Amino acid sequence: MSAAMRTMTAFAASVLLIATGASAFAASEADYKAAYAVAEAANKEAANLRNQWTTTASTLSAAKKAGDAGDFDTAVAQAREAEALAKASSFQATSEKQRWKDMEIR
Amino acid sequence: MTRRLANCVAAALALGALAFAPVTRAADTVDPAADKAAFQKFFTDKFPKLKPEDFVNGPYSMNEDLHRQWEEKEQFPPYEFSLEAGKEMFATPFKNGKTYGDCFPNQGIGVRQNYPYFDEKEGKVVTLELALNRCREANGEAPISYVRDDMAALTAYMAFTSRGKPMDIKIPNDPRALEAYQKGKEYFYTRRGQLNFSCATCHVQSPGERIRAEVLAPALGILNAMPIYRSEWSGMGTTSRRFTTCNSQIRGVPLSPQDDEYRNVEYYLSYVSNGLPISGPGARP
Repeated sequence: MSAAMRTMTAFAASVLLIATGASAFAASEADYKAAYAVAEAANKEAANLRNQWTTTASTLSAAKKAGDAGDFDTAVAQAREAEALAKASSFQATSEKQRWKDMEIR
Repeated sequence: MTRRLANCVAAALALGALAFAPVTRAADTVDPAADKAAFQKFFTDKFPKLKPEDFVNGPYSMNEDLHRQWEEKEQFPPYEFSLEAGKEMFATPFKNGKTYGDCFPNQGIGVRQNYPYFDEKEGKVVTLELALNRCREANGEAPISYVRDDMAALTAYMAFTSRGKPMDIKIPNDPRALEAYQKGKEYFYTRRGQLNFSCATCHVQSPGERIRAEVLAPALGILNAMPIYRSEWSGMGTTSRRFTTCNSQIRGVPLSPQDDEYRNVEYYLSYVSNGLPISGPGARP
C-alpha cells in the first residue's frame, strides 16, 4: 500500500468513525417520549396556574408531529422548547402574584 | 450593646416601620370608591380635552380622523342588523310561552347599566351574558354560545334600551363581593401570555397609540360600548369574545367564557366606569 493510499484509507476510516459516532448520539423514540412527557407535565402545571401559552401548545404539537414521523431529533428539540415555554409561563404566573401591583393606578 | 443603644435602635426601627406602613396598606387595602376616583382621574388627566362621556367611544375619542369616520358610520350603523335580530329574539316566547323579559327586572328594558352584579345567594358575579343563558336554561332552552352572533344580538338590544344611562354597578357590603372585585382588578393588571401583556399594558399605558393598524381604546368606559361590531371581525362581538381574543392575541390560552376570572374582571372594569353612559352597541375599526 502506498503512502497516499494509506492516507486515503486512514481518512475514510476517520470519516466513518465520526459518522458512526454521530449516529450514536441521535435521539431515540424513548428520548422523545421522555422529553415529551416532561414538557406535558410542565404545561399541566401552567394549566393549574391558569396561565398556559398558545406557543407551548403549538410547540408540543410540532414535537408530536416530528415524533410520529420518526424524526426524533426534531421531536426532542421541540419537546425541550415546549418545556422551556411552559416553565416560563409558570414563572410568569408566580411572579405576577405580586408584580401586578406595580401597574395599578392609584 | 448597652440597653440605651438597644432602645434607640428599636425606636428607629419602629419609626421606620411606621413610615413605610401607609404605603403598604395603600397597596393592599380594597377600596373600590378610591380606585374608581383614581382610575377616572388618570384618564381625564391623560386626555384633558375629552369629556368623561367621550371615553365610551373608545378609539374614536382618541383621534379626530377616526371620530369623523365614526360619525359617518353612525348614519348607517353596522350593528343595526344585529340590533333588529336581538329585538326580535328578545320578544319571541320560549316553548313554555315565557320570554327573556320575564327573567329580568323591568322586563329587561333599560337595565343593562346594572350588569354585572354580585349575586349574594350564589356568592359570585353574574354578567348580562350569563343571566341571559341562565334565563334560557330556566325556561327549558339550551344555552347559546357566549361568543357568537345570537348572544351579541340579545345584548345589543338590551344595551340599546339603556343608551345614555350611566353605568351603575353596586358592590354590596359583602366580603365575597369585595374579593371578586379585587380579583378582577388583579386579573386586569396581571401580565400573561408569551408577549407578557396585561389588559392594562394596552388600555392603560397605551390608549390612543397604535398597535399595528389599530388605535387602542382607553380602559375607562371600554365595556359601556359592548357588544361591538368590529370591522376586523366583519361581525359582532360580545364581551366574552373580546376577553378571549385579547388573551389569544398576546399568546395566552384563553379561559372558557364566563369563567370566574372573566366575570370578575368585567365586574371591576364596569365598576370603575360607573357614571359613564352606556353607548352599546358600538362599532369599532
